Amino acid sequence: MQGDLSEVGGRIAPARALPWRGLASRIVAVGASPHAGWLAPGALLLAWQAASSAGMISDAVLPSPAAVAAAGWSLTLSGELPHHMGVSFLRAMAGLAVGGGIGFALGLANGSSALSHRATDTALQMARNVPHLALIPLVILWFGIGEEAKLFLVALGVFFPVYVNTLHGIRSVDPQLVEMGRCYGMTRAALFRRVVLPGALPSVFVGLRFALGVMWLTLIVAETIAAQSGIGYMAMQARDFLQTDVIVLAILIYAVLGKLADGVTRALERRCLAWNPAYRA
Amino acid sequence: MSAALERPAASGPGLAVTARGLSRHFGGAAVLRGLDLHVPAGQFLAVVGRSGSGKSTLLRLLGGLDRPDGGHVLLGDRGESTAARIMFQEPRLLPWATVIDNVAVGLGPRPGAGGRMRAQAVLDRVGLGARSGEWPAGLSGGQKSRVALARALVSRPRLLLLDEPLGALDALTRIEMQGLVEAAWIEGGFTAVLVTHDVSEAVTLADRLIVIEHGTITLDLSLDLPRRERRGSAQAAALERRVLDHLLGPTRS
Repeated sequence: MQGDLSEVGGRIAPARALPWRGLASRIVAVGASPHAGWLAPGALLLAWQAASSAGMISDAVLPSPAAVAAAGWSLTLSGELPHHMGVSFLRAMAGLAVGGGIGFALGLANGSSALSHRATDTALQMARNVPHLALIPLVILWFGIGEEAKLFLVALGVFFPVYVNTLHGIRSVDPQLVEMGRCYGMTRAALFRRVVLPGALPSVFVGLRFALGVMWLTLIVAETIAAQSGIGYMAMQARDFLQTDVIVLAILIYAVLGKLADGVTRALERRCLAWNPAYRA
Repeated sequence: MSAALERPAASGPGLAVTARGLSRHFGGAAVLRGLDLHVPAGQFLAVVGRSGSGKSTLLRLLGGLDRPDGGHVLLGDRGESTAARIMFQEPRLLPWATVIDNVAVGLGPRPGAGGRMRAQAVLDRVGLGARSGEWPAGLSGGQKSRVALARALVSRPRLLLLDEPLGALDALTRIEMQGLVEAAWIEGGFTAVLVTHDVSEAVTLADRLIVIEHGTITLDLSLDLPRRERRGSAQAAALERRVLDHLLGPTRS
């Protein structure tokens, strides 16, 4: 009796378990792969396409992914999409360079000089609490809808996260390391380059990643309100002609651009912060 | 640790240290009260005391990390200023610099030609030559201490100040490090001042031991035991007992 039972168990159990185990291990393998992050967006896309094909979603509300892709393709062929993307990308980078550059420089200055900090920090902290998008009416009055308006808004938006985090990074540099550097005869410049700056870098990167988010947000708003080119303008124009597919395309492009910028920052972090176990891939 | 090199000659590269009437207070509390101390060139001095006795403050004043409220410190005969190197309580390595770059920090602002080779040689000397390209984050506590020692030694200092650098290490690593410090001192002939609360460490390493209590020197003891026979010897134990009795004061039986 006992022998029978164990035999039955031995014959049947593996036959039942194997397909499950195979699937489970495959899911685990995919989940462990470095591209696992794309699993959820991919599944969402498939579900969306299935729902559209089954007629559950009206094309006027949300066009199918295939329709969006087709719109993207035809706009690429006409040269419109590359043009708008290029314009948006340049605006984003120019704003980031100007605003981030100033924020970084002021963060460094205020982190290392008490005089500079006393002179500017209070004013900056007050300005930080004004939502920069609230300035849009004023900015349009000042600059019209030219490039300066967008550059100004993006630069203002990215300035604060970079400034605040650079300042915090400099302030949190281990004073014991600074003392060590001084006691080993480092000049002020060497101390800054070899101790203070590398110590502040992780925090600067946090600021940069925050800034990237603000950068896209600001650009979308600025381009939908006051622009004659760019992804945001393309979407607003499509709204006038009820081209839902182009609107969705524009939104997806923002998502992809945001993800790309984040990826570049991560790669930079891994390279610049290789010494820090927390940033090793 | 060869017996042939019992003690460096007084005419070696070591730097004499003189402190006259040194006082320092923080807020209202006096940490050092008019302390006088002369350390002859090449001596290995241990400074022992309870926490808060002012021994670390003394070391910081000797190393120029802090300024006295009264009195003065004179290094050498004419007051040389850049010869002192300090080993801190923590390794204080730059996490973003490789092991060899951390050692090269010890070469000072102008490393000059061959600095890297010297850094590598000192790393080999402390047994970490193969780790020169790694980040400090991957090293154990004892290895970090050895890098800090290499950094302090690479410029061939004439005065080495040690501020309880071995306090956080486990017992075995500590004995190894004591051996390295002693060997470096015998080889380099520099003057060494070791601040520690570990009396047995002081008795193992030093030529002379002073006890600081409430900001003044209350015991000044010369330790002329043969270096090889110190660890675990009856004489060393007796000396240790004596210093401990002095430190424990009224509670002794």
